[in-house]
Amino acid sequence: MDDVSILGVATLSKKFGGVTAVQDVSLEVPRGGILSIIGPNGAGKTSLLNMISGFYKPDTGRVVLDGQNITQKKPSDIAALGIGRTFQNIALFSGLTVLDNLMLGRHVRMKAGVLSSVIYWGMAQKEDIAHREAIEEIIEFLKLQDLRKQPTAALAYGLRKRVELGRALANDPKVLLLDEPMGGMNQDEKEDMARYILDVNQERGVTVVLIEHDMGVVMDISDKVVVLDRGRCIATGTPDEVQRHRKVVEAYLGTSKSGGRV
Amino acid sequence: MFHRESGVFKTTYSADMALYPLPIAKWTVAVLALIFVVIVPLTVHEYYLSILNLIFIAIVGALGLNILVGYTGQISIGHAAFMSVGAYTAANLAVRLDLPFWITLPAGGLMAAAIGVIVGMPSLRIKGLYLAIATLAGQLIIEWTINHVPAISGGAQASIQVDRPSLFGFSFNTQGSLYFFLLFFAVVAIVATLNLVRSRIGRAFVAVRDQDIAAEIIGIDIYRYKLLAFAISSFYAGVCGVLYTYYFGIANYEQFQLIVSIDYLAMIIIGGLGSVLGSILGAIFVTLLPIVIRILMENVGSLFFTTAEMANVISGLRLGAFGGLIIFFLIVEPEGLNRLWRNIRSYFRVWPFSY
Repeated sequence: MDDVSILGVATLSKKFGGVTAVQDVSLEVPRGGILSIIGPNGAGKTSLLNMISGFYKPDTGRVVLDGQNITQKKPSDIAALGIGRTFQNIALFSGLTVLDNLMLGRHVRMKAGVLSSVIYWGMAQKEDIAHREAIEEIIEFLKLQDLRKQPTAALAYGLRKRVELGRALANDPKVLLLDEPMGGMNQDEKEDMARYILDVNQERGVTVVLIEHDMGVVMDISDKVVVLDRGRCIATGTPDEVQRHRKVVEAYLGTSKSGGRV
Repeated sequence: MFHRESGVFKTTYSADMALYPLPIAKWTVAVLALIFVVIVPLTVHEYYLSILNLIFIAIVGALGLNILVGYTGQISIGHAAFMSVGAYTAANLAVRLDLPFWITLPAGGLMAAAIGVIVGMPSLRIKGLYLAIATLAGQLIIEWTINHVPAISGGAQASIQVDRPSLFGFSFNTQGSLYFFLLFFAVVAIVATLNLVRSRIGRAFVAVRDQDIAAEIIGIDIYRYKLLAFAISSFYAGVCGVLYTYYFGIANYEQFQLIVSIDYLAMIIIGGLGSVLGSILGAIFVTLLPIVIRILMENVGSLFFTTAEMANVISGLRLGAFGGLIIFFLIVEPEGLNRLWRNIRSYFRVWPFSY
């Protein structure tokens, strides 16, 4: 693993029964960059993220984070190694407040065991306060100050997406996997989210892997784009290169009968 | 009226994270302490103290079950069996090795926790109804084992007599002294639970309940936390069983049959899942219910039935009222007594204004 890429995926494949979700996908995520994964529905984008975050075990291939092979590790261990993740369908802990959701994002960085938790006053409280400071920084960063004690179930859609981003950030990840962070948002909310993603990337120095359907956003903010179609990687390159790639155009628009230009 | 957040500004994180972040907290706690430590034991009749004692024991068990069912979202129909594990562990240690309660009590809890983890292992694979059946099997297996292995059950009628607990030569052998003994453990259990659920561990439990997949991805080892929930919850149950044993002066498997598991589930459902106050209210409610029904029946029922018939009617009516109330609560207020209390409180928060 070189210094240029922080996360590497090599010949990763996954089958569900007879369906091949991902086939021989390899990609390198540039350190400190934003890499977007695009492709039509069912192309295997989310399956790929699920394998990186350890939720699916790949049939073949491997995932390497910062020189360390994480292919067979448990999701919770992978999170501790520095991979944060948001979900396509928001998966916040709806019974808890925004603050508690964010504190949970920091779970792996905290240590309090059962005994010190039960006693609380002393060690566990000190730890909670120390980490609360880091959480407050994220609250400020994402402008969630007035929502701290709100149960997440009551929040508007766009806000919940933002809280989820915060929860992933709370872990101080090296790499952030965002699964359609702008799905279902209006133009204003999308612009806000795009700004947050750029800030996360530039100010906090987090490498971002993004799945997104809005091509405008993808082409604007990505350093590198990977295109998947039916489980295979069909193109990789800068946004410009990918846009002109023949196979990409075919995947999105199909081929004309003459087999020529669209 | 007095309980107002308005004008309370917190300037430190510890103030913001306090269990009871209002200035009036000091007074509330002081008044409660005065009532329970001084006024009640001085004024209340022995018979009613015995009811309070039963409530204190039930609170410990209900809190434990709520950690598992209400906070972690797993289910157990085997909690009475975990209580019996604690009870027989303590009774055997007390009788055979002559150990004092401050050793047998945690020992009973730890043994129940170990058994609880084993019974909870299916939770790693199955959820909901299937887990319920698996823990039901646990209940029946433990019940059978205790009943049929004389080494555990002490032979005759599967019961072991134990002496009342004593500390520094003082024996807790009256309802009045047992009151303080049990009050102490109920308070410890309440404070411990309040702390647990606001800590890192408690947050992780709720995460497992609300979104187990997301919990795993953000770094919570859900298998570990499910088993931990079973362990902690069974520890409470074990302690609860030990307290029953010392309270009655006997460990007897008949106190820990399946129906008791159901009673405790009823407590937390009626009181409110995932709430400490709910566990307490539920424990009070379910303990008082049969007593209230009996008193009512004795006064009203004697007009219609003979004394011999009454015993049957009361036990039947108790079960009927029980089932009816659970259904009533599930329909009217699924969040239980705790929710009702919060509604009343938020009404008075701004009283006498409507907003």
